[in-house]
Amino acid sequence: MASIQDSAPDAAHVAPAVSTPALMRLALVATGLVVAFGVVPAYATDYWLSSIIIPTIVMGLAGISLNLLQGYAGLVSLGSAAFMSVGVFSAYNLILRAPDLPLPGVFVLAGLIAAAVGVVFGLPALRIKGFYLAASTLGAQFFFQWLFTNYPWFSNNSQSLTISAPRLEFLGYDLQSPHGRYLLVVSVTALLIGLAFLVVRSRLGREWMAIRDMETAASVLGIRVARRKLEAYAVSSFFLGITGVLWGFAYLGTADAHTYNLDKSFQILFIVLIGGTATIFGNFLGAAFIVLTPIVLDHLVLASNVAYLSDQGAITNLQRVIFGAIIIFILIKEPDGLSAWIRRGVEAIRGRLAS
Amino acid sequence: MSLLSRTIALAAGAVLSAAVFSGPAMAQDGAGQQLYPLFTYRTGPYAPSFIPFGAGNIDYLRYVNEVEGGVNGVKILIQECETAYTIERGIECYERYKNGFNGALTAAIYPHSSGLDVALTDKARLDKVPIVSPGGGQNIATDGRVFPYQFPLIFDYWSEAEIIVDYIAGQVGGHDKLKGVKIATLYHDSGYGRDTIEPLAILSKKYGFEDIQIPVPHPGEQQQAQWQQIRRAGADWVFLRGWGVMTPVAIKTAARVGFPVDRIIGDIWSGSEDDARPAGAAANGYLAVSVFPPGTDYGIIRKLKEHIVDAGKSDLKDNSKFGTVYYNYGVIEAITFVEALRTGQARFGNRPLTAEEGQWALENLNIDDKRIAELGAEGLISPLKTSIDNHKGEQVAAKIIQWNGESWNTLTDWLKADPTLFADAIKAKAAAYAAEKGITPRVDASN
Repeated sequence: MASIQDSAPDAAHVAPAVSTPALMRLALVATGLVVAFGVVPAYATDYWLSSIIIPTIVMGLAGISLNLLQGYAGLVSLGSAAFMSVGVFSAYNLILRAPDLPLPGVFVLAGLIAAAVGVVFGLPALRIKGFYLAASTLGAQFFFQWLFTNYPWFSNNSQSLTISAPRLEFLGYDLQSPHGRYLLVVSVTALLIGLAFLVVRSRLGREWMAIRDMETAASVLGIRVARRKLEAYAVSSFFLGITGVLWGFAYLGTADAHTYNLDKSFQILFIVLIGGTATIFGNFLGAAFIVLTPIVLDHLVLASNVAYLSDQGAITNLQRVIFGAIIIFILIKEPDGLSAWIRRGVEAIRGRLAS
Repeated sequence: MSLLSRTIALAAGAVLSAAVFSGPAMAQDGAGQQLYPLFTYRTGPYAPSFIPFGAGNIDYLRYVNEVEGGVNGVKILIQECETAYTIERGIECYERYKNGFNGALTAAIYPHSSGLDVALTDKARLDKVPIVSPGGGQNIATDGRVFPYQFPLIFDYWSEAEIIVDYIAGQVGGHDKLKGVKIATLYHDSGYGRDTIEPLAILSKKYGFEDIQIPVPHPGEQQQAQWQQIRRAGADWVFLRGWGVMTPVAIKTAARVGFPVDRIIGDIWSGSEDDARPAGAAANGYLAVSVFPPGTDYGIIRKLKEHIVDAGKSDLKDNSKFGTVYYNYGVIEAITFVEALRTGQARFGNRPLTAEEGQWALENLNIDDKRIAELGAEGLISPLKTSIDNHKGEQVAAKIIQWNGESWNTLTDWLKADPTLFADAIKAKAAAYAAEKGITPRVDASN
């Protein structure tokens, strides 16, 4: 939770001393890192790591990727999962066909390949907008499912067209165990979060926001709109490609064309909507919500006695109804997402402390 | 927040906390019991096939618990976990139950999804938990030396292709008459659907029939073009490897282009009541491969009717599903689990088995004709014998069934696939997998 406060653009509200916010930020980042690399691996069980923490972090990263495009540059995409699949299939083939390439190299190259693909599918953004653009990005979704189904070369002629995670090793360490996979995920995520902050606070990020807020004004100011838009697709797809590798290799342990289907793209979109647009850490809130709520509901059923009282089928269906109802409730009550909620909470606490 | 929403929030909070805190007191104590984590998909697009399938599983285990007093006295604790047929939720279920529940031990996990079976391969190898997928496992995992913890029991699509070709040979008057016969395979364009391309190419070369392969993109609601193609090619037989809505659409489209329905042979996943019935009258005479024969006229199914269904203890809400393909599939699957427990108990003692012991048991299954007769499952299952070499079962067999507009008639006895025909090809694929993953295959002596 500590690191969430870091994302709040609340400089104006903070105490007057000039160096305090910077120091506080540093302290929060340090705490975040200690928790991520020290506390979690020391205390989390296999169950927590494998089925809750890893998917939440990876889906949060997917949310960040889409948020760069949607929240900061104001563009849309319904093809997020397709770019993830490009990442994972690239990484698989890189490891298979260039066995000497070290793991970080694989990640970066897979991300770059996804970025190149993202630029191609981002081209329609130069001509069309909004809903029409969303529909055209759907093309990526269907194209890559078709490609990976019809050309078994991509899955090394596997009988089921499924690729299975290769042995993950870095500097001689075996990353197969839940702890190893967690450390891989959290290291890559920490680096990418850093990169995301650099990007959104750089000239690139500022120009994206200018384009998002008013495209005409931005181009009058001399911002090269077309180029910036394609860069937005490239950066977002680079992130998505790496996220796809983590999802396939560090979480599922397998991947095929259908793992990254339209449902996954929608899930990522919901993470952005629920977490809050134009935030970085809000995405993890959104991801936690998407990953955890069904599991929590299921555990509630297990812990309570309802399962013995009523029909199991009705209960499982009811869980989905409740899940949907919570989403609608959040979107109505808090259109800016969960991160706005947290931000207001933090501000309220600070206000009380100050007074 | 208005007063109303506060009240609602308070009430919701009270209900939730009551649910959480009342839990542990009511949880059943599982010590001394064998856990059966039942991976369900009661929601999502495939729920209609799960409901009778899950009921067959539950009903048989209830019968074993209540009528037979457990497996040699060991009761089976069924614990459901909803996957919605997604891999993500399935992994959560696996992690939740791989080490047992409330003291009940896990001996094996049946993931009920081919995708999940693949996803669990590496995890299960590390955790040493057997993953069992009757009828839906990975064919290469037949090689137990490379895949110690995977059990693709009972069936595979390569053997299915062979059984289809053998059946057609029987219809045209022998394998030597196959030369020039045109067999079109209409397949769901996915890993599952494409799996029969390779064996049919081999068989076509061997017997000289013409092998025509035609894909249908998922979900397959439009097949006019494909069936025109089948007509133009002059196909004599169609092997229909469908999934979901693709099957009834295929049968109806075949009728529209005038292809005889009794020359269409469905895959095991195109051969349930829900595949044929929606096609209406067009399906009369439609054939299908069956490893999970439907019907109620088997000893064990009659016992389930008497002790479970008629006693109101069945998991079925709609009793018309009793004895359907998917219900019997569930019963057969539960039989493999219970028989594995018996096999393990014979070696380790009459107590709940651990996952390691479950692995040994599944690798040493031997459900022979004598045991099948004792189970009252003659005609329902064919003999199943596993070994370190063969995690599927030495003899794959299937029946051909025919839809009569109301239900399935059984046309043939068990048609047996030649176990040697593809064995080397599958072994080679397993060896390639082992090399790719850096796995050293086990040797016999280690067991």
